[in-house]
Amino acid sequence: MGADSNPTLLRIEGLFKQFDQNVVLDGASLNVPRGSLVTVLGRSGAGKSVLLKCLADVVRPDAGSIHFDGKLLSIGDASARADFRRRCSFLFQSNALFDSLTALENVALPLEQTTDLSDKEIRERSLEALRQIELEAHQDRYPSQLSGGMQKRLALARAIVTRPELVLFDEPTAGLDPLRRNAVFAMIAKYQRQFGFTALVVTHDLTEALIASDRVALLDKGRMCFEGTPAEFSASTVAMVEDFRDSAEALGRTLAAIRRGEALQSEDS
Amino acid sequence: MLRAIGRYSLSIVHELGDFALFTGQSFRSALGARRLGRRIVRAGFEQGVRCLPVILIVGMFTGLVLGLQGYYVLNRFGSESLLGTLVSLSLIRELGPALAALMLVGQAGSALAAELGIQRNTEQIAALETMGVSSHAYLITPRLLAALVVYPMQTALFVTVGLWGGSLSGSLLLGLEPGVYWSSVEHAVKAQDVRECIIKAVTFGLLTISLCAYHGFNAHRCSSATGARAVSASTTRAVVQSSIIVLAADYIITSFLV
Repeated sequence: MGADSNPTLLRIEGLFKQFDQNVVLDGASLNVPRGSLVTVLGRSGAGKSVLLKCLADVVRPDAGSIHFDGKLLSIGDASARADFRRRCSFLFQSNALFDSLTALENVALPLEQTTDLSDKEIRERSLEALRQIELEAHQDRYPSQLSGGMQKRLALARAIVTRPELVLFDEPTAGLDPLRRNAVFAMIAKYQRQFGFTALVVTHDLTEALIASDRVALLDKGRMCFEGTPAEFSASTVAMVEDFRDSAEALGRTLAAIRRGEALQSEDS
Repeated sequence: MLRAIGRYSLSIVHELGDFALFTGQSFRSALGARRLGRRIVRAGFEQGVRCLPVILIVGMFTGLVLGLQGYYVLNRFGSESLLGTLVSLSLIRELGPALAALMLVGQAGSALAAELGIQRNTEQIAALETMGVSSHAYLITPRLLAALVVYPMQTALFVTVGLWGGSLSGSLLLGLEPGVYWSSVEHAVKAQDVRECIIKAVTFGLLTISLCAYHGFNAHRCSSATGARAVSASTTRAVVQSSIIVLAADYIITSFLV
C-alpha cells in the first residue's frame, strides 16, 4: 500500500518554539500518513529533536498545532493528550533505558504502569517483545551489560510493547558506524512493517533515510523546506535540498580545492 | 542593593511555592498510581533496611555519650538516679527524631537526590512522561509514603538503642543500678512525649524526602551548573537544606508542643 494513499495520522502546522532568544522551530509543518515511515532530515541544530520533543510533550511549543488522528492536541485537553501518549511511543537518542532495571523490567514498565494487565500477561507480552527483537536470552541483564546495538533494540522493544500506532525515533543512528547505521534503519523498517506502526524518524543520515523511508522532509532553520517521496527528494531543485543531497560532492570539491592549494603552495616553495 | 535583596527574596518565595506544589502533586498522584504498594515496599527497603546500620550505630553512641555526660552532671547534684529520665526525655523528645532524620538525610536523602538527578540527566524521567507514566506517581509518591512509615520506625529504633546505650554507660561503666535507670525511664516518659516524638519523625520524614526528591527531580533547572555538576550541586543543596529544615522544624514543633 502506498504511503500517499493513507489518511494522515499526524499533522503538524506552524510549530514555533524558541529558547530565550534562539528560535529553534519557526513555523514547522509536516504530514505523516498512517502506516508510513517518514524521515525528517536536517543538519545538526536544525531543530529536529525539538520537533519530536514537542510532539512527545517533553517540550511545550510556543505556537502552532498538532493534530493526531484528526484530533487537535491542545495544551488544556488532558484526555486527548493522554490518549495520544497511550497510542504513541518515543525512542530517545540516548535510549533512556532505566539503568537500575533489567531488560525484562524495562520492557514491562510501560505495561505495568499504563495497563490493567495481570502480572502473568505483562511478563508474557514483555518476553514476546524481547523474543521478537532477539533479546530474550538477555532478559535478566541490565542495560549497562548490553552492547550499544542491543540497547537500541531494547529501547525499541520497550517502545513497541504497548502496541503504539505511532513511534517517534530521535536520531536512532547517532554516533554509529555505517554498518550499524544500516542495521538500525533495517531494524526500524522491518519492525515498522511487522507491527504496522507509523514511524517518524529524525536523522541526518541521508543515504539510509532515502532507502528506508516512504517519505522524507527536510528541516532547515526551524522550517520544512521540503516534503515528499525519496524520489522527489532526489530530483528536487530546492537549494537547501541540493546542498544536503550534494554534500558529498561538495566535500569532494572542497577537498580538491584544498589539494590544489597545497600543490600551488608546494610549487611556490 | 535593595533590588538584589528583593530579587533574592522573590526567588525564595517562588521556590517555596514550587516545592509546595511539587509535594502536593506527589501526594495527589497517589490516587491514580498503579502497583503503588510494591514501590512503597521497595522505597521502604531503601530508606529503612539500608539505613539500619547507621541508625543503630549512631543511636548507640548517642545513648552512650548521653549516659556519660548525664551521669557526671547529675552526680554533682547527687541525682544520678535521674539518669534514665535525662537520657529518655532527651532522646524521645529531641535527639532521637532529629538525629535519626539527619542520618536518613545523609544516607537515603542524598541517594534519592543523586538518583533522581541522574535519571533526569539521562532522560529517564522524560521517557516515563512520554510513556504516559506519571513520573511523580512512579518516582516520588512511593518514597514519600514510605518515609511516613519508615522515619517513625527508624526513630523508635534509634531511641530504643540509645536508651540501651545510656543504660550501658550508667550501669556497666559507672555503677548505677540498672533497675534504678529503667525505673527512672519508665516514670519519666509520658504518652505526650511519645506523641511529640512521632509528630516530629513524620514531619521530618515528609520534609526531608520531599525536599531531596524536589532537588533531584529538578536537577536540570540548576542555574549554576549542568550535567554531572548539576547532579552534584542539587544533591549538596538537598542535603544542606534538609539538615537545616530538620533543625528549624524541630524548633517550631517543640515551641508549639512544649
